[in-house]
Amino acid sequence: MTGNGARRPRRVVVTGIGAVAPGGNTREDFWARIVSGKPATRRVTFFDASEYRSQVAAEADFDPVAAGLTPQEIRRNDRYGQFALVAGSEAVSDAGLDTGTWDGDRAGVLLGSAVGATMRLEDEYVVLSDHGRRWEVDGRYAMPFMYSVFVPSAVATEVAIRFGAHGPSAVVSTGCTSGIDAIGLAAQQIEEGTVDVMLCGGSESPISPISYACFDAIRATSPRNDDPEGASRPFDADRQGFVMGEGCAVLVLEELEHARRRGARVYCEVTGYSSHANAYHMTGLHPDGVEMSRAIDEAMAQARLNPEDIGYINAHGSGTKQNDRHETGAFKRSLNGAAYRIPISSIKSMIGHSLGAIGALEMAACALVIDRDAIPPTANLTTRDPECDLDYTPLTAREAHVDHVLSVGSGFGGFQSAMVFSRLKEL
Amino acid sequence: MPATTEDRRRAVITGIGVVAPTGLGVAEHWKTTLAGQCRIAPFTRYPDTSPIRLAGQVEDFDPAELISNKFLVQTDRWTWFALAAADYALADSGLDPATLDPFEVSVVTASASGGNEFGQREIEALWARHPSAVSAYQSIAWFYAASTGQISIRHGLKGSCGVLVADSAGGLDVLAQARRNIERGGVAVVAGGTEAPLTPYALVCQNDLGRFSRASEPAAGYRPFDSAAAGYVPGEGGAVLVVEELAAARARSASVYAEVLGHAATHDAYHHYDPAPDGRQLARAMSEAIGRSGLTPEDIDVVFADAAGVADADAAEVRALHTVFGDRAADVLVTAPKSMVGRLYSGGPPLDVAWACLALTHGVVPPTVHLDPASAGHGLNFVVEPVRPARLRTALVVARGVGGFNSALVLAAPGPAEGPSPVHTEER
Repeated sequence: MTGNGARRPRRVVVTGIGAVAPGGNTREDFWARIVSGKPATRRVTFFDASEYRSQVAAEADFDPVAAGLTPQEIRRNDRYGQFALVAGSEAVSDAGLDTGTWDGDRAGVLLGSAVGATMRLEDEYVVLSDHGRRWEVDGRYAMPFMYSVFVPSAVATEVAIRFGAHGPSAVVSTGCTSGIDAIGLAAQQIEEGTVDVMLCGGSESPISPISYACFDAIRATSPRNDDPEGASRPFDADRQGFVMGEGCAVLVLEELEHARRRGARVYCEVTGYSSHANAYHMTGLHPDGVEMSRAIDEAMAQARLNPEDIGYINAHGSGTKQNDRHETGAFKRSLNGAAYRIPISSIKSMIGHSLGAIGALEMAACALVIDRDAIPPTANLTTRDPECDLDYTPLTAREAHVDHVLSVGSGFGGFQSAMVFSRLKEL
Repeated sequence: MPATTEDRRRAVITGIGVVAPTGLGVAEHWKTTLAGQCRIAPFTRYPDTSPIRLAGQVEDFDPAELISNKFLVQTDRWTWFALAAADYALADSGLDPATLDPFEVSVVTASASGGNEFGQREIEALWARHPSAVSAYQSIAWFYAASTGQISIRHGLKGSCGVLVADSAGGLDVLAQARRNIERGGVAVVAGGTEAPLTPYALVCQNDLGRFSRASEPAAGYRPFDSAAAGYVPGEGGAVLVVEELAAARARSASVYAEVLGHAATHDAYHHYDPAPDGRQLARAMSEAIGRSGLTPEDIDVVFADAAGVADADAAEVRALHTVFGDRAADVLVTAPKSMVGRLYSGGPPLDVAWACLALTHGVVPPTVHLDPASAGHGLNFVVEPVRPARLRTALVVARGVGGFNSALVLAAPGPAEGPSPVHTEER
């Protein structure tokens, strides 16, 4: 993944995947959902959303007890932390790693989250402030573990403790690119040689009143409340904004020789990653997509690929008009004519936009695309937007043998990231 | 952009921006430091309900004077500090980002807890009034990426920008990320961290740790490594540094404070709140940072300690220092100037880096205040007033975060080995 002609001394591969997502709480359920073309979006059930502009969500039907968490783990962790423990275990198990005997000093944790423990912060605030009546909140009503609620780094700690990972650990919080950036930074650390294994990805559970209120205020979320399953419609002419989602994906990234020595199954190789800021606006995007295009160009250069080598593009595809046009512009700028021939899709059409987690769920999807020879569709894409004139794989999945996938993310704060996963090939 | 040692692009610190209880700007900060002035003071904002009696507060900070209204209205106090510190750092470095390719200049900040005051105000608006009362800026003011995003926009910086959260340790990890960005082709990075955690709800959350000092006398509030250590005092503010690629810094004849050498991060993976008593992973972070710098413990001249101010955590750090320095532990200088300001969470380590840079530049080690080294009998050589050692070429900065995060970074004075790179000389 080093760029510009340098020979790669250490290669990084994906050897394990775990997922908690709307419509399915395991990797296999997640995959089945995103190739089904059936949205997991619905009316909000977590709180009474009747006074909100957007009342739709992609909620996970997640039961922490059924998922195997202990009562104390449930008490200590907000929902997004619970997701991370469950998805982390699935990923480690999928990788066949024995964390009892591994060299924990050479394993780290890097997880993305944009808004941390928003749900519990808000729930507890309502009590401590007595429904917002007391600015000087009454700390005597505080539940324990409020510090873990206060700092999102707690989610990295919980995962590190569960698996005895003593390497570098942190949370990456670059808004909606947190998940992809966490995987990118984890890959860089393996490549640099300071670690051999990274548990990385992203987790988010933002479906709460304050999240809905703040996205209502900027009209970013979809108000298509009478058609919740049709509310997330990226690239469709009738889109009205994104649908808030939740979930988590954890990938096991591993140095190739380390994976080989233990006979691990390899999903794919991380061959390119780049990120740039647009330095333009915290929420606004230039339609030309110059910065995202730059990130794509650099990620592809690291992977030593030409546009026609890319077999699938996992779009950010949030379903806001400015995003869909922005990234369509970036794809054309970077891929030229090939942009019109490469299948593109947005899994947000089915599992919503889970902020700091979605980039990780999308990279999990990309690894599975290479592994499973299928491309997930963009649900709800029934009416073309003349300004979005690429092949967005409408409605139904396609069979395809894909060697290289490109995924992009775009987030509040101006962050634009791109990553390439490739089928493992001997050099 | 290979990461091999032979052709590694080297990263140096050329600008310091401080917004902290010690003052605004690097000159005021260093003056306060040399005078050994403790800036921990009575905390009187919420006298009836606050769990603290003392805090390290940023005084005389007039956001309207330092930050344009466009940025002011859409950001929290923590981001005001970051924007102001970034301005100070760029001015101090003499670097004008407009003269560079914007894609080669990035921003990396750390935040432990985000926009506390803004966030509490808007949740209150929702619950006391109505969802529609929530500000249109809530989504971009509260979240942890706000400072990086706003600094990037303010200065037009389009490089590989980042945001790290690892409790306090994240404030040191950003320097490693900055160095990585330089090694991978970046020319300059605006890196650091600030914090503004002195608001009612945020303080309740912090109080959950049970490590706040209950003292009301400033001199008794935060006494790391002393036998009377009984908790810490929280503070606000932090620092931002300008990190530049060495050749680029030289080409513009920039003054260099220090080179960013090796870094290592580890995790105790021991307990969700308590540090591992054996200090093994903390020691490993220090040893690996030194080793990755191509140095041995004998080469380290001063240690800027994490200095928890709580007996068990201090003991773990002392143990780690003995592990790393062995027989030399009684000789190597150890200091904790943060005893003057309290613990600033992610703002703390960048402020320690600022202190280390100034120490290397001026040949003076800043002191730990309110420490009687004999009282605790740790067998370490604590600095309790400014000293000018015969040799001051390298500094090891140590940071920990609640939950078991350990981070260590080595800084070195720009030496003759790298040629005639001018050093900051005047009292800045």
